[in-house]
Parts: sequence; structure tokens; C-alpha cells
Amino acid sequence: MVRAGGVAAHLPTSGLDIFGDLRKMNKRQLYYQVLNFAMIVSSALMIWKGLIVLTGSESPIVVVLSGSMEPAFHRGDLLFLTNFREDPIRAGEIVVFKVEGRDIPIVHRVIKVHEKFLPYVGMVTIIMNDYPKFKYALLAVMGAYVLLRRES
Amino acid sequence: MNTVLSRANSLFAFSLSVMAALTLGCFVTTAFKDRCVPVQLQVSRILLKNIEDFTGPRRRSDLGLLTFHITADLEKTFDWNVKQLFLYLSAEYSTKYNAVNQVVLWDKIVLRGDNPKLQVKDIKTKYFFFDDGNGLKGNPNVTLTLSWNVVPIAGILPLVTGSGHVSVPFPDAYDIMKTY
Repeated sequence: MVRAGGVAAHLPTSGLDIFGDLRKMNKRQLYYQVLNFAMIVSSALMIWKGLIVLTGSESPIVVVLSGSMEPAFHRGDLLFLTNFREDPIRAGEIVVFKVEGRDIPIVHRVIKVHEKFLPYVGMVTIIMNDYPKFKYALLAVMGAYVLLRRES
Repeated sequence: MNTVLSRANSLFAFSLSVMAALTLGCFVTTAFKDRCVPVQLQVSRILLKNIEDFTGPRRRSDLGLLTFHITADLEKTFDWNVKQLFLYLSAEYSTKYNAVNQVVLWDKIVLRGDNPKLQVKDIKTKYFFFDDGNGLKGNPNVTLTLSWNVVPIAGILPLVTGSGHVSVPFPDAYDIMKTY
């Protein structure tokens, strides 16, 4: 009987008796442990979200998955991205983009840029140019309005 | 700190922090270096065609075919933190429909250890110079510049444009010969 009691007393010091530790803590210490854990998790999340706001990009740190950009980027390299709206995309830059419907972002280099100058008035002209049916429909509506309104 | 596991754990954590600090040091010491060098560019031949654009929307667009020479000494841009230079020759112009057009015509990768003196003569464009429409015909000002993307071992990837460019006007008429 003495020996059985001795064995039970030795186990907690080896660190493997987790439930023994839990039973020894009172409720306050348990809450403190949980809060501590929650603080660590939320600080990590805050740093990540803060980085998203600072760089303006959805995913500021990415890992290169394929070898398509060798010898510049190899598989496993870390890339830090920024996405400021004032910076226009210019030929030769490396961009990371996601195609609709695919989860994985793609890293490639820009070869061609054709940028339209679009003031708001110009947009209407371009729409009318690209969709001639729209132009005819607009003319028809205007013509009908002029013909059918009553002179009061 | 009395088991192998806890000692290995703290050693690992410490070496990770040290490596992160070293990488940051690598980045900071070479981030603000001026990597611009003078470049000489000449265009020897320009041909303009108008064919169906097979690289994009299938519309009859202008295709430019150029032959050019480049001379540059890139020794000053290399240092211990540069893995490679990605050189690219880009043509920039503006048309009636598009304010900014930039097309990369030719590129080359110069690795660290390769000959840094660049001299290429009589080379044709590597990529097709299609316009998004018919804006190349009679375009008075198409500017060619040589730029490079400095790819470091660790740090910022700046795009540097060489000092020196050539502006050429494009011909008014289309070339109807089959060969180039």
C-alpha cells in the first residue's frame, strides 16, 4: 500500500500528468490561462490585419508555389506585397493576382499595358461606340419623346 | 532549461530571430543604392503591318516589327545582394483611344557572374508588338527605353530605367510584303 501511494506522488513532476495540473488550479487561474491564450491569438490576428491595411493588399505575405518565375523566384520564397491605388501598373512590374474562381494567387510579370483615359463623360461615348445598339435605342427613345409629348 | 527538448526549442527560436534580423540588415544596407546607368539605343529598321491580332481579341491591329541595337555597361548595378537583373526593352506611346501604352519588346536575364557589359546588335523584337487597335500607323512618337528589375537575394525589387532613350516615328503606310 505504501508503494502504490509513492508511485502516484511521483508522476506529476515528470510533466505528463496534465489533468493533475488542471485539478490543482482553481477557477481563477483557469480563466487567466484561457484569457492569456486568447490574447496571444488576437494579437497575432491584429498584426496580420494591420499589415493588410498598411500595405493595402488582401494578402501581404505570400509564398511562391511554382517555379514559373525562375531564376528570379524559386519555390518556397517569401514575397511581401503592396497594393497602393495611386501606383499605376507599368510594363515590367511583377504582379500577383487571383483569377475568378481560383483560390491560388498567380505571380507573373506585366508585358503589355493599354490604359484608357476615362473621364466620366468619355465613358458614355465609349459605351455608345462599343454597343451601337445602345446608341440607336437612345436615339429612338429621344425621338419618340420629342414626337409624342404634348405642347402645353 | 534542463531538458534537451527545451534547450533545442530556445536555440531554434533564437536563431530564427537572428536570421530575421540579418535579412532585415541585408535589405536596409542595399535598399537606397542608385542603380541607374547610361544606355545607348538605336533603331535601325521599322516595318508596320496590319493583321489579325492572334495574341488577344481577334481584331485587325497594327503590328510593329523593329530591328535595334543596345549598348550598356551594367557593372555598377551589381553588388553582393543582387541575384540577377531582368532587363527589358519597352516601347511607350499614346494613341487616340489609349492614353498610355507600354509594350515589352525584348528581355534578357543577366545573372550575377555573367558578363555585365551588354552589347547586342541587329536584334529583332522577341515579343509581338501589337497595338490594341490601329494606333501605330503614323504615330509620331514611340519611345524605346531599356529598364531593369533588380532582383536581390533579400530586399526590395526596384524597377530602374536606364538613362538614354530613343524616340522614333512610325511609318504612315502599311507594309504588304509577306517576309520580314
